[in-house]
Amino acid sequence: MAQISGITEGSSTHSKSQSNSITLRIARINPKHDVEKRFMDFTIPYERWTTVLEAILEVKKYFDHSVAVRYSCRQATCGSCGMIINGKPRLACFTKISELATSVVTVEPMNNFPIIRDLAVKFERLFDSHHKIKPYVMRDDSEITSNEKEFLQSPEELEQYIQFANCIKCGLCNSACPTMATDSSFIGPQALAQAYRYVADSRDKGKDSRLKIIDESHGIWRCHFAGSCSQVCPKGVDPAMGIQFLRGYLLGFRS
Amino acid sequence: MRESIIMKIHYGTALAAIALVAVHILMRLTQGFAESLEYESVIANYKFLPYAGMLEIILILLSIHGFNGLRVILLELKQGRAYEKAVSYGCVAAMIGLIVYGSRTILMVNMGLS
Repeated sequence: MAQISGITEGSSTHSKSQSNSITLRIARINPKHDVEKRFMDFTIPYERWTTVLEAILEVKKYFDHSVAVRYSCRQATCGSCGMIINGKPRLACFTKISELATSVVTVEPMNNFPIIRDLAVKFERLFDSHHKIKPYVMRDDSEITSNEKEFLQSPEELEQYIQFANCIKCGLCNSACPTMATDSSFIGPQALAQAYRYVADSRDKGKDSRLKIIDESHGIWRCHFAGSCSQVCPKGVDPAMGIQFLRGYLLGFRS
Repeated sequence: MRESIIMKIHYGTALAAIALVAVHILMRLTQGFAESLEYESVIANYKFLPYAGMLEIILILLSIHGFNGLRVILLELKQGRAYEKAVSYGCVAAMIGLIVYGSRTILMVNMGLS
């Protein structure tokens, strides 16, 4: 069973002795009464397939059940367990400890999101921005009144947007975005990538209204093309590319 | 004005300024560089109408591009309705001020008033 040592000021160390183990450093903060994050260290055994999320759940199970973390599917589908792992935004359920190749794994809440507690952050801004760009196919006729059962698309038309449809709204791109860090009104790479997803969809007729939404002072033009959003996406979505394509529409290079 | 139109102006002024500043630098090389910066030489440039016209255009292009760039930086630095309005109008006023002051200099020297 677990070996728990006393909590020292600023950080504490707990261990569950096994041969193959890492030190898991978990950021602890409750914005209601903490000004700064502090770290708690736990020694956690791991196997080749153990994920960071499983290590955190091990901590919750044996050492400290009060660690706040959001998770659900454990298979990189729900987008709930985004966090900063060893300085980079990643999904905890999709990151194996063995892949990190370090003896210390540090987990922190995502950047550019208000913290609820410990590793859990608020998603309101991401969902509001996502909702703002009208993330649905817009057209006057519908499948119900049409003679055809569905709006057909060629594989080429599907290819135009399909990678952007893989977005799981985990927020890692927004967490990695340098503009999001300084511009609290910036719409963000997640919403912009989704705007492109629907603009590029041959079934959609809402291009003009969507382009109007993102063409404002804190919209698409504030992207500096750092490309970090594309680098951290766990689903292979390339928001930076989508943003450049959208700019092409606004500058008249694409129609 | 829509942001995409502002950014089209921003990119356009940058490209045009690169072309005209290149001409301006090349003109310095038609004579010795130090010689081209002598008082008489500079005054002669201002009095040559096509060259004075080009300097005026460079002044306008760089003022528009520069102050819009400053506006963008300041908008990213801090947000808020009043602040953003102040930044936008402030940058337009500063841009007009600089163009007026620069144009006055070019005109005065061109007409031999300095």
